[in-house]
Amino acid sequence: MTAERSKVKKPKPALFDGCISAQKIANSIAGHQTKTRIGAHDIFLGQVRADKIDGKLVAAIEYTAYREMAEKEFHAIRERAFGSFDLTCAHIYHSLGRLKVGEICLFVFTSSVRRYDAMEACRYIVEEIKTKVPVFAREIFEDQSYQWKENTAAK
Amino acid sequence: MTLRLKYFGMIAEAAGTQEATVDMAVSSVEELKCVLTQDIRKLVDINFQIAVNQSIAQDSCVLNENDEVAVLPGFAGG
Repeated sequence: MTAERSKVKKPKPALFDGCISAQKIANSIAGHQTKTRIGAHDIFLGQVRADKIDGKLVAAIEYTAYREMAEKEFHAIRERAFGSFDLTCAHIYHSLGRLKVGEICLFVFTSSVRRYDAMEACRYIVEEIKTKVPVFAREIFEDQSYQWKENTAAK
Repeated sequence: MTLRLKYFGMIAEAAGTQEATVDMAVSSVEELKCVLTQDIRKLVDINFQIAVNQSIAQDSCVLNENDEVAVLPGFAGG
């Protein structure tokens, strides 16, 4: 158990280029079937939304990051989640670059023996990402004009 | 002192660059913010934070020679 915990807690990058495919999510779920102490998973998926702003429709979002700091923050958030909840696994993937509406840009995947810790940790990680990780985004409209985006309070 | 400045998102756009090594007569984040706000007028209108050596820094944070100082607009991850 200790060996498994230290293995899953080893820092690995959360940021990568391009959207998160349904196949990647499916593979990630399948990859946990051998971890038979797990009784509950929770998953959060962030999807690029086609907001209408001043009559113009968002077609894509372009993500950039302060990469070194962002990876440190992702790692710290994950460590705090392990400290606060009884987790078996926690994975975070965040996209960079240009994503079209409907594509998945954030994948948070938590696992525990019973449901409470997986569910609470998943929510905690998502809210922490929104406020603590230096990722920036601009919404690109159908006419290629854009506006910079900023996270709002949880709702 | 020499500072390695990094700009991101709309601030990089307003500054016209993503990074610059500068020599500035400032000793704290608060003083740096004053100078930056004069140089980049956009900063008057928006919320921004300063990170020193990849950690968010309060106004009282003391700056040291060759620090990496990032000027960060609002976060939009997720």
